[in-house]
Amino acid sequence: MSSIAVKKGFASTVWEYLTTVDHKKIAHLYLGAGGFFFLLGGIEAMFIRIQLMKPQNNFVNEQLFNEIMTMHGTTMIFLAAMPLLFAFMNAVVPLQIGARDVAFPFLNALGFWLFFWGGIFLNLSWFLGGAPDAGWTSYASLSLRSEGHGIDFYTLGIQISGFGTLMSGINFLATIITMRAPGMSFMRMPLFTWTTFIASSLILMAFPPLTISIFFLMFDRLFGSAFFDVTMGGNTIIWEHFFWIFGHPEVYILILPAFGIFSEIIPTFSRKRLFGYSSMVFATILIGFLGFMVWAHHMFTTGLGNVANAIFAVATMAIAVPTGIKIFNWLFTMWGGSIKISVPMLYALGFIPSFVMGGVTGVMQAAAPLDYQLHDTYFIVAHFHYVIIGGVVFAILAATHFYWPKMFGKMLSEKLGYVTFAFFFVGFHMTFFVQHFLGLMGMPRRVATFLPNQGFDLYNFISSMGAFFMAIGVIVLLVNVVVTSLKKERVGNDPWQDGRTMEWALSSPPVYYNFKQIPLVRGQDTWWIEKMEGKDELTPSEPLQDIHMPNNSIIPFFIALGLFIAAFGAMYNPLNSVGDGHPMGTVVLILGLALMFGSMLVRSIRDDLGYYIPKEDIENDAKGGKVS
Amino acid sequence: MKKWCLFLSLLIVALILTACGEPFLSTMKPAGEVAEKQFDLLLLSTGIMVLVVVVVVIIYLIVLIRFRRKRVGEDKIPKQIEGSHKLEFIWTVIPIVLLLILAVPTLLQTFELGNVSGKEKVDKDGNRENLVVNVRANLYWWEFEYPDLGIVTSQDLVVPTDERVYFNLIASDVKHSFWVPAAGGKMDTNTDNENYFYLQFDSEKADEAGNLFYGKCAELCGPSHAYMDFKVKAVPRSEFDEWVKAMQNFEETEPTTAVAQQGKEIFENSCIGCHAVTPDNSTPANARIAPNLADFGNRTTVAGILPYTKENIKKWIQNPGDIKPGNLMYDSENFSDEELDALAEYLMSLKAQN
Amino acid sequence: MNLLDQKFTPQTWPEHPETATHEGKNKFIGFWLFLAGETVLFASLFATYLALKDSVPNSEHALAADIYSLELVFIMTAILLTSSLTSVYAIYHMRNYNFKQMQLWFFITVLLGASFLALEIYEFNHYVHHYNFTFSSSAFSSAYYTLVGTHGAHVCFGLGWILALIFRNQKRGLNLYNAPKYYVASLYWHFIDVVWVFIFTVVYLMGILG
Repeated sequence: MSSIAVKKGFASTVWEYLTTVDHKKIAHLYLGAGGFFFLLGGIEAMFIRIQLMKPQNNFVNEQLFNEIMTMHGTTMIFLAAMPLLFAFMNAVVPLQIGARDVAFPFLNALGFWLFFWGGIFLNLSWFLGGAPDAGWTSYASLSLRSEGHGIDFYTLGIQISGFGTLMSGINFLATIITMRAPGMSFMRMPLFTWTTFIASSLILMAFPPLTISIFFLMFDRLFGSAFFDVTMGGNTIIWEHFFWIFGHPEVYILILPAFGIFSEIIPTFSRKRLFGYSSMVFATILIGFLGFMVWAHHMFTTGLGNVANAIFAVATMAIAVPTGIKIFNWLFTMWGGSIKISVPMLYALGFIPSFVMGGVTGVMQAAAPLDYQLHDTYFIVAHFHYVIIGGVVFAILAATHFYWPKMFGKMLSEKLGYVTFAFFFVGFHMTFFVQHFLGLMGMPRRVATFLPNQGFDLYNFISSMGAFFMAIGVIVLLVNVVVTSLKKERVGNDPWQDGRTMEWALSSPPVYYNFKQIPLVRGQDTWWIEKMEGKDELTPSEPLQDIHMPNNSIIPFFIALGLFIAAFGAMYNPLNSVGDGHPMGTVVLILGLALMFGSMLVRSIRDDLGYYIPKEDIENDAKGGKVS
Repeated sequence: MKKWCLFLSLLIVALILTACGEPFLSTMKPAGEVAEKQFDLLLLSTGIMVLVVVVVVIIYLIVLIRFRRKRVGEDKIPKQIEGSHKLEFIWTVIPIVLLLILAVPTLLQTFELGNVSGKEKVDKDGNRENLVVNVRANLYWWEFEYPDLGIVTSQDLVVPTDERVYFNLIASDVKHSFWVPAAGGKMDTNTDNENYFYLQFDSEKADEAGNLFYGKCAELCGPSHAYMDFKVKAVPRSEFDEWVKAMQNFEETEPTTAVAQQGKEIFENSCIGCHAVTPDNSTPANARIAPNLADFGNRTTVAGILPYTKENIKKWIQNPGDIKPGNLMYDSENFSDEELDALAEYLMSLKAQN
Repeated sequence: MNLLDQKFTPQTWPEHPETATHEGKNKFIGFWLFLAGETVLFASLFATYLALKDSVPNSEHALAADIYSLELVFIMTAILLTSSLTSVYAIYHMRNYNFKQMQLWFFITVLLGASFLALEIYEFNHYVHHYNFTFSSSAFSSAYYTLVGTHGAHVCFGLGWILALIFRNQKRGLNLYNAPKYYVASLYWHFIDVVWVFIFTVVYLMGILG
């Protein structure tokens, strides 16, 4: 990113990113790819809102609408929100715990490339006969009946990117367990690290059920099994259970890191330590735990029986308690502080009321008998957009502004940031607030259009107008990114001045080995402690010595590519239920798997011992010889 | 700035006031016991939740006004407070109390609304006390079978007001969900198993809604999911009994006009394989692959969504794929205009009662 | 400082070579986490199997009690349990810096694993040809083959993995670079074994006893 990177040719920069195992570069990759899919999902959202702007609109036809609506949800959850959060986890968590990299840099790269190829595979469906059309939940009876290969793109694409997510989850868990600097006890970890830790353990426990259920669906559609075929003894409710055993923790996988991001931003811009740190940690763990106990509240109308509905209703309400604790802790972090308004802080301030509104409608839906009315209506659509946009997307936008200087060494324009926020915030409430009423007035969700004279017209129009505001906000953000990358002005270590955690003690962006000496952590908010004692760098825990670093590798790219190729083979294998199978499908499947396992074998057989950076080079860097 | 806020809040209030929806469709205009209970829960939970939002917003505003850096001074380093057990205890306990207030009626209603034992109640002659309807959801149409009365109808559900009606719900192809918003919450029609619940329609509310409620499919089921509507005619018991009698004694009247006679002939050549024109339920459910047209002359809509006109019937018969894409009838057919006229006239003559 | 060039004697060899290096420790933790995920994965498969057990389209289709034969499964179980024991011996020799013995016991583990796999293939073949119990004949059979087959695929992968380790390191002996690799491979092998114990109980014993 520095002068050296500029001097490098384009090809060598590409090669660098294809082979990198550096968590900071992988963060760039996640941010770029996740951002791309976010824009794609956003365009799909605009299509949805244009179609629903007026009754009986014919902007897109019904089939295409279902495909767009399915891809919007799938893309936003799997390919935008999670990867964007991974971008910030990668960029920040190793720095926050005082580590030179993650525990498994190779797996980190592999996780990214699996996500990337999975996402590409899923989106290729647009060009190869139509996208999936059964909703992001892809309920089995409908998805088995779906024509063409759309659903197969869904199963295979999600499967591949899901493997990547699972690996990243394991990686962050191991990193946080083993790679903390001396003195960084669990109860001194910054909240973003904590929430990454809990979200990763949720990934570890929630993704296997998804893997399994997607395998079932794939086997049913492509290899003739009968898991969900009722006439063969199958049962479609199994899909619903597995999907939501994954799906509910998934929303906490998204929201917990978002909570973590705000728990960094609010203390920073209030110049005050986080209020009730230990209860925040406890609440995070509790939310993660309860997140697994409530999946059936998505199935209140499936007919599980009164006892099940009652138990899951109460369990769901219980989650409101730790979430409430968090909200009040944030408020009281600001209470008595010295609040400076900046773009990230503005998102945090927008987040609190927006998320509370989304949270309370969640509790309303927990009341099972009331949910019989609310389920599968626009009320639900409003609810989960309030928590996912008001929580997760606000956090991602806040973190983009907050960590941009740390990731790229330049400050995003504050002015344009305010413009983005204004449009996005107003547009968001305009789009989704009225949808609560649409739901209560009787409008089901996932409808490709609606008939006039049902009282839906005005609110749908308002909602669509709001969507345009949000789109303008995002476009301004893009302009901001371009303008900023053209700027020359670079920032120092602590561009927000009030940084509290260790990442703000390092140069922006940090050198590729992060710490010239692993720091000694003397308490929570490590950097704040050092600053208050008048120091301008962290206390080292070791003498200056040679640093061991992992080698770059292209193998992760090829492992993921192998799986990508195999997925095409699986889709067109002779047994598939669409009937366009070909013996070559099997061959491609085998070739793809051979590439994957072959790459793994090469990885296993070749010794990868890493390399050492001599002490002298590090001293040179520290004198300002070269940066990154 | 202040004027703006006033204007904005007035606008929002006005919007909310108009936001109750139509009496035949809205959950906020409950038209029966079930919907009312659910509406009461909505009011209770909204009340509690608005309270929470108000408390949060008050603290939030105080914080924003009092603790801005401009006010407290640029160089001030605030006291680094670790937390407060007392405060944390308060905001743990109060939400728990609020949730308990909500949880109690929730649990009561879950068991109350899920209690379908009334379905099996019989009088001393062994006849069922309550009306039971088997709902079978199909790709984009609904079938309603009255097992104790021996009749089948499609798309228009007829029920008596002021009494509980029990439903057995199942789907024959993909999962759908049966929802009459004004009368009560929805229940999924699974492909695997039957679900049961009950609804009740209030006679006064039915009058307000013109005795005709809208029903919808609430679970994504394919391209025409949005068009999978049905209608509920809620009529007084006496009227309902008359309708049942007429349906039970249904005899296909001979067409009175030559055009209708021609329509009947076309129908018997082309349509009868799938569509029955008698309302008895003697054929097994899985053989009833298309909507029953016995009482078609009294339908309220064509295909559940279009106004009931001859033009629309003709349009549907010729190009159903344009109206409900993905439906299992056919996409389009090549009837001549004359044939379409004949078919429409014949179909419109099919009436159980006048 | 290179891990490959460090030379040891049985006296200087650390007591726990698998966690003696930082990379080893990471592998150790990371692999246990992976096994946690695998546990959830198999738990999902077991749940599905139990939900779909004996769910068949018609009365002609074979049920659990009709097809399982305890003798064969008993032999398979004995073989796989023994292979777990032999891998314990291998790790014992690894801790004692006895490379040859370790390789030998790992090789015996592989042989046992391969014979287990052969019996499993025979078993599947038998079901398909004698009972027409195929992957697509019913929801029950799909669930059965997926559960047991996923386990079989794990065995197969484990065999390839351990073999690759044996051949790769044959010429250069034990060091702190490959010791953690051997160790996690043996952990994986034990995990497969534990899963099989559950399959034996839940699928076969409960299947035969009804």
